[in-house]
Amino acid sequence: MPSQQPNAPAGGRMQALGAWIDARFPLSELWKEHMSEYYAPKNFNFWYYFGSIALVVLAMQIVTGIFLTMSYKPSDTEAFGSVEYIMRDVDWGWLIRYLHSTGASAFFIVVYLHMFRALLYGSHRKPRELLWIFGMLIYLALMAEAFMGYLLPWGNMSYWGAQVIVSLFGSFPWIGNALVEWIRGDYFISDITLNRFFALHVVALPLVLIFLVVAHILALHEVGSNNPDGIEIKKTKGPDGRPLDGIAMHPYYTVKDIYGLAVFFLLFAAVVFFAPEMGGLFLEAANFEPANPLLTPEHIAPVWYFTPYYAMLRAVPAFAGTQIWGVLVMFSAILLLFFVPWLDRAPVKSIRYRGPIYKVALMLFAASFIVLGFCGMKPPEQPFKAISVIGTIYYFLFFLLMPWYSRIDSHKPEPSRVTS
Amino acid sequence: MSEEIDRGRRQLLTVATTLTGAVGVAFAAAPFLASWQPSARAKALGAPVEIDISKLEPGAMLKIVWRGKPVFVVRRTPAMLQSLASVDALLSDPGSDKSRQPLYAKNEQRARKPEYFVVLGVCTHLGCAPQNRFSPGVSDDGVLKADWPGGFFCPCHGSKFDVSGRVFKGVPAPTNLEIPPYAFVDDQHILIGLDEARLG
Amino acid sequence: MRLARIQVVLVALCWPFAAFAAGHGYPLQDAGTDVSNLPSLQRGARNFVNYCLGCHSARYMRYSQLAQDLALTDDELQENLMFTGTRIYDAMVSSMPAEHARIWFGNAPPDLSLIARSRGVDYVYTYLKSFYDDPSRPTGANNAVLPQTAMPDVLAVLQGRQKPRFESKPDEDGNVVQHLVGMEPVSPGEMTAAEFEGFVRDTVTFLEYVSEPAKSQRRSLGVWVILYLLMFTAFTYFLKKEYWKDVKG
Repeated sequence: MPSQQPNAPAGGRMQALGAWIDARFPLSELWKEHMSEYYAPKNFNFWYYFGSIALVVLAMQIVTGIFLTMSYKPSDTEAFGSVEYIMRDVDWGWLIRYLHSTGASAFFIVVYLHMFRALLYGSHRKPRELLWIFGMLIYLALMAEAFMGYLLPWGNMSYWGAQVIVSLFGSFPWIGNALVEWIRGDYFISDITLNRFFALHVVALPLVLIFLVVAHILALHEVGSNNPDGIEIKKTKGPDGRPLDGIAMHPYYTVKDIYGLAVFFLLFAAVVFFAPEMGGLFLEAANFEPANPLLTPEHIAPVWYFTPYYAMLRAVPAFAGTQIWGVLVMFSAILLLFFVPWLDRAPVKSIRYRGPIYKVALMLFAASFIVLGFCGMKPPEQPFKAISVIGTIYYFLFFLLMPWYSRIDSHKPEPSRVTS
Repeated sequence: MSEEIDRGRRQLLTVATTLTGAVGVAFAAAPFLASWQPSARAKALGAPVEIDISKLEPGAMLKIVWRGKPVFVVRRTPAMLQSLASVDALLSDPGSDKSRQPLYAKNEQRARKPEYFVVLGVCTHLGCAPQNRFSPGVSDDGVLKADWPGGFFCPCHGSKFDVSGRVFKGVPAPTNLEIPPYAFVDDQHILIGLDEARLG
Repeated sequence: MRLARIQVVLVALCWPFAAFAAGHGYPLQDAGTDVSNLPSLQRGARNFVNYCLGCHSARYMRYSQLAQDLALTDDELQENLMFTGTRIYDAMVSSMPAEHARIWFGNAPPDLSLIARSRGVDYVYTYLKSFYDDPSRPTGANNAVLPQTAMPDVLAVLQGRQKPRFESKPDEDGNVVQHLVGMEPVSPGEMTAAEFEGFVRDTVTFLEYVSEPAKSQRRSLGVWVILYLLMFTAFTYFLKKEYWKDVKG
């Protein structure tokens, strides 16, 4: 490690080993490029912890997932029992299960905060549009991964949640029914569907996620990180070619991120050991009953991280005898996110220098997302239906009107060097 | 920078944090490794099995499965027991020094009670199930010759064992057949898998 | 049952709308369970085996696990909790064949391994206390928490029998409907009301344990994990501060 003195006796041998590897694999090169000589802005704040935390949560989901797969049985007759087998008969199985179920919710909390940071500081703006797009693809893949994973315990909410969401695809004209049958591989959510969701959840999507995360990090390192002031630190370099406001990723941000991870794990452990169900938000009560095609749970709600979109889906009534409008609205809500780099026309990146319109709009956006999420958990009654409509309209206006209000909004001059 | 870098303090903090972290990682890894231990279901399925020997005729053999492996229970005749003394010269380990058996089976009969022989039906060569060839002399298929004293014969590669499962010299199997732990629940029942008879 | 903090906060935020939230159904009583109370668990296990296991299985619960967690010797387990034919590693399976139960009761008695998690302890507690006389039912009894239940009032011998008290209230559409608001005793059982409450509480505590045998271990281990992480966080904080003197200085 560059900032510490190596111990004298081992130093020579370690250096020789390093040289042997470097002649055959770009180890030192990669280390320098991405760690010891990757210069990140020195003014990262609280909002900048979540990228590295997300990476660690991904690794944890993969490890716990592998161990769950050692005992889980992906068949309609054995799945539910195999989860109880893990919870009771496998030594420490209960811990591995709770790490994985809590990890799924933690992943979404971290990712939502991570995405919010981008909207705060303009991390989606040029030249980071592709970085944002990779991020959105990760978000999509993550939602698919979580959805498939939720069917696997084969509880009653697993079954009916999958039933509802898969049938949405049936609202597409002409191809709808064929599409649903193709997704399910059967005429109803069955053992066949379960087995294929298992393959996708355990193998296909994790590979896609890993690939996308690598692409995301490479895209980031290519242009360099943004920062809370939204200015490009590469514009002001010192005589040695390093940005004046940059500090080496290692050791400064490795050491800071480890602290961030410690705090994260503290909160995470509190949930895993003292409230893994989180009042039915992380592990839904109805899912402690096996899947029963004859008995629908009192009200079907997806897991909390999907409820904002579920609220949007239910906010749109069925026009001309088809549900397709709600489905389209829900998909557009996610699709719209891809275009944010081009919808945002402000002359500055960071909220610190943007005008009051954006500040208010963004805070209201965050609030509307949370309120929509809350409404999505409730039965489709008033006043939640009315609130969902308002929330959905606001969500869309936030993005669709952005090209206009981001331009007319006032702004302050950006500094040339980073502030706190 | 207004202060000198205190390298000693840095190293101390780094070492302290790394050690604490390493301990944490070890404790975090432990449950994952432990989860590979036989689960309660494995222990349930591998639980001791009880066999009823009340109908076992002298010279006959019962088979039962324990932990996925065949266990043979043989009711030996006086003639079979007598043959044990005369075969020592043919055996590679007559004292059962190299083989696996409970303490109470480390004797010539390799059993708690000489009349009932309990043995794992797994050839110590490559795991085939040996056949019972208790009648001495030439066998019907001609594989065993006139000098055959009676015992077990493994058809896969020709290993031979006496009526106490002790391996002959010059055969592929290296050691005597393994004796599992067992106990007599009463005169009619044997519990295989435990050294003492416990109900349930 | 304590609600998780986050649900409390969310509900508090939506206080004005609480009136609209779904709240129909017989009010549930607080079960007051404590899975760390060993004597209560042991009594609950005995109650379950004597009054429930005849019809209801707990097929994910092994006797061997019970012996371990309830600090019972194998002999205590055998004499008090295990009936003929069952072995230590077996699961608690009822001897009633499911098909016969379906014919006799209309519904197979559900497995109770996870009932405390799928319905909640307060639900099960209130259910067991809320059987009442109803001659219109094939079993002669009905239940305030689960109307038209197929289960007979098996605990009547202990609780005694009670009859329902109705009040006329208008419902959402303005129609006058009979609402069940309480019970009145009809005849006494072997236990006083307090004794019976204790009986049901012990049984529900046992069911809570059955639904998650690792719960006590999880919580006690959690304390150590949090303590360790507090220490580790402190170390990482000071390490970060030390290195960042380079940047801030």
